[in-house]
Amino acid sequence: MLLSNIRAELAKALRRPANWLLLAVAVTLSLTFAYLIPYAGYAGGTAAPPNSDLGLPGMLPPAYVGNAIAGMPVFAGALAVILGVLVVGTEYTATTWKTVLAQGPSRATVYASKLATIAVATLAMTLVLAGVSAGASALVAAVENQPLDWPPLTEQLAGIGAGWLVALMWASFGALLAVVFRGVALPVGLGLVWLLAVQNLLAGIAAPLVDWIADLQLGLPGPNAGSLVAALGAGTDTPGVATTVGGGQAALVVAAYLVAFAVSGGWLLSRTDLD
Amino acid sequence: MTKPVWTDSLTKRYGDVTAVDELNLTIEQGEVYGFLGPNGAGKTTTLRMLLGLITPTSGGVRLYGKDSTTRGHLDPVGALIEGPAFYPYLSGRENLRVLAHHAGITTNRVSVVLDEVELTERAGDKYSTYSLGMKQRLGIAAASLKDPALLILDEPTNGLDPAGMADMRGLLRKLGAQGRTVLLSSHLLGEVQQICDRVGVLSRGALVAERPVGELGAGGRLVVVTAQPAIAHTRLVAAYGDDTVRRHDDVLELDVDESDAAKINADLVGAGIDVSELRWRRPNLEEVFFSLTGGNHAA
Repeated sequence: MLLSNIRAELAKALRRPANWLLLAVAVTLSLTFAYLIPYAGYAGGTAAPPNSDLGLPGMLPPAYVGNAIAGMPVFAGALAVILGVLVVGTEYTATTWKTVLAQGPSRATVYASKLATIAVATLAMTLVLAGVSAGASALVAAVENQPLDWPPLTEQLAGIGAGWLVALMWASFGALLAVVFRGVALPVGLGLVWLLAVQNLLAGIAAPLVDWIADLQLGLPGPNAGSLVAALGAGTDTPGVATTVGGGQAALVVAAYLVAFAVSGGWLLSRTDLD
Repeated sequence: MTKPVWTDSLTKRYGDVTAVDELNLTIEQGEVYGFLGPNGAGKTTTLRMLLGLITPTSGGVRLYGKDSTTRGHLDPVGALIEGPAFYPYLSGRENLRVLAHHAGITTNRVSVVLDEVELTERAGDKYSTYSLGMKQRLGIAAASLKDPALLILDEPTNGLDPAGMADMRGLLRKLGAQGRTVLLSSHLLGEVQQICDRVGVLSRGALVAERPVGELGAGGRLVVVTAQPAIAHTRLVAAYGDDTVRRHDDVLELDVDESDAAKINADLVGAGIDVSELRWRRPNLEEVFFSLTGGNHAA
C-alpha cells in the first residue's frame, strides 16, 4: 500500500507545474550567483572582496560541490520549504484529503508517501544542482584553460548527501507548516519569513548582542545547515553559510530536525479533523 | 454486526454546538438509503465520521463491522463527500489513476468507471476545464473506482441544472440497481423519493424519522383551481366540512383522499362551476418535516 501511494504522490508531484518552476528557479539562482556573476566580475577585472571565495578557483571543478550546496541553508532551502508546503498543503486548499482518504489509505500511509516524494524531489533537486554546477565549472575550466580536477568521489557524495539532508529537512519543515496551518499561503509566507528574515536577524543582529541567543544559534536548524554545507566546501561568503558548529554536530542536528519535523507533522495530521 | 453501516449514539460537538446528536443508524445490505435533511442538519458531518475524516465526540461507527481504526475499514467503500475535489492540473483520467494508486488497486478500472459516467471522451482534458456536471460525474467515477459494495454519496446533484440532475439520478439508479448498498444524502425530497428504498430524516443532528420511502411524503392535498372560488368553497365546505377546505384566492385545497378527486370534480362541474385545474399536490420537504416532527424540528 505504501509503494502504490508513493507512486500516486510521485505522479502528482511530477505533473504539478509549480514543482518544475521551483527547480528552474533553483538552477537559475545557483548558476547566477555561483558562476555568472562571479565570472562576470572575474572577467571584468573586478577585485573580489578580501574574505570572498569568488575568484577563479571558486568556479573551477574542485569547488563545484560546495557551489552546488551553498544555497541549501537559505535560498534553495526556501525553495525546498515551498516544495514541502505544496506537496502537503495543496490537499487542504484543493480539499482533496477527503478524495484521497476515501480510497482507503491511512493518513500515516499518505503522509509517509508524501515524505518519500519530498525525499525523491529534494534528491533530484540536489543532483540537478550538482550536475549544473559541475557543468558550469567544467565550462569555466575549459574557457580559462584550467585542468579538470574533480574532487574525490567520496567528497562529492558527502557533499551531495549533505545538501540533500539540508534540503529534505527544510522541505519537511514546509510539510509540517502545511499541516499546522492547513493550507499553502500562510505556511509558505511564515516559512520564508523564518528562513529569509528571522534567521538573518538572529545571526546578524541578536546573536552578537545577546549571549543566550548566540548559544541558541548552536541548536537552530539554519546555522547547523550552514555549518554542515560549510564543512563540505560551501563558501562562507554565501548567506547562511558559516562555521558556527562542527560538521559532525551539524549533520546530527539537521537530521534530528528532519526526524522531528516529519514525526510531528504525521502525528498532528493523524489527530486533526479533515475537511 | 456486519451491516454495511452501523452507528451507535454517534455524536459530534463543536464547542456548545451539537452537529450530530446520539445518532443510531443501521443500513442493510443492498439497500438504497436516503439521508434526508435540510442544509446544516448534520448530514455531511455524519458522513465524514463514517469515513474517519473527523473524530466523533462520542459514540461509535462501524462499516461492515469494522471501525475506523481497523486496517482496511474503507476497502469496500466508495464515497463522494460534499462535492467533487480533484487535482486541477491533472486530467480526469490522470486523477482517477492517481486515486487507483492511493487505493492500492490496478488502474484497469479507470476506463470502466469513465465509461459508466460517460466521461471517456473528455477523460484526457484537464479537470480544471470540466463543467460542474462533469466534475460531479468524475466524483461518482472516483467513488466507484474500487467497485465498492457500499457507496456513500453526499448531495451528488448539488449545483447541477435540471438536465444534469436528471442524468445524475439516472446514474445513481443504475449504481443502486447493481446490488450495491447506497447511502445517499440529500436535501431534496423528490430526489430521495425517486432513488431510495428507505429514508432517514435528520434534523438538528438527530434522526427524527426513519421509514420506507413510500410512506414519506404520502398524503397531500387536492388542489382545485376555479373561476368561481367563492361558490365552490361554499359547496365544498358544505360537503366536507370547514376544516377540510382552505381557500387561497381562486385556489382551493382539500384534505381528502386522492380517490375523492373524480367525485369532487363531477360535483363541481355538475353544479355549473368551471374547474380549470384539478391536481394532487404532494407535500414539500418542509411539510414532511412538519408532519414527521410535529413542528418541533421544522426545516
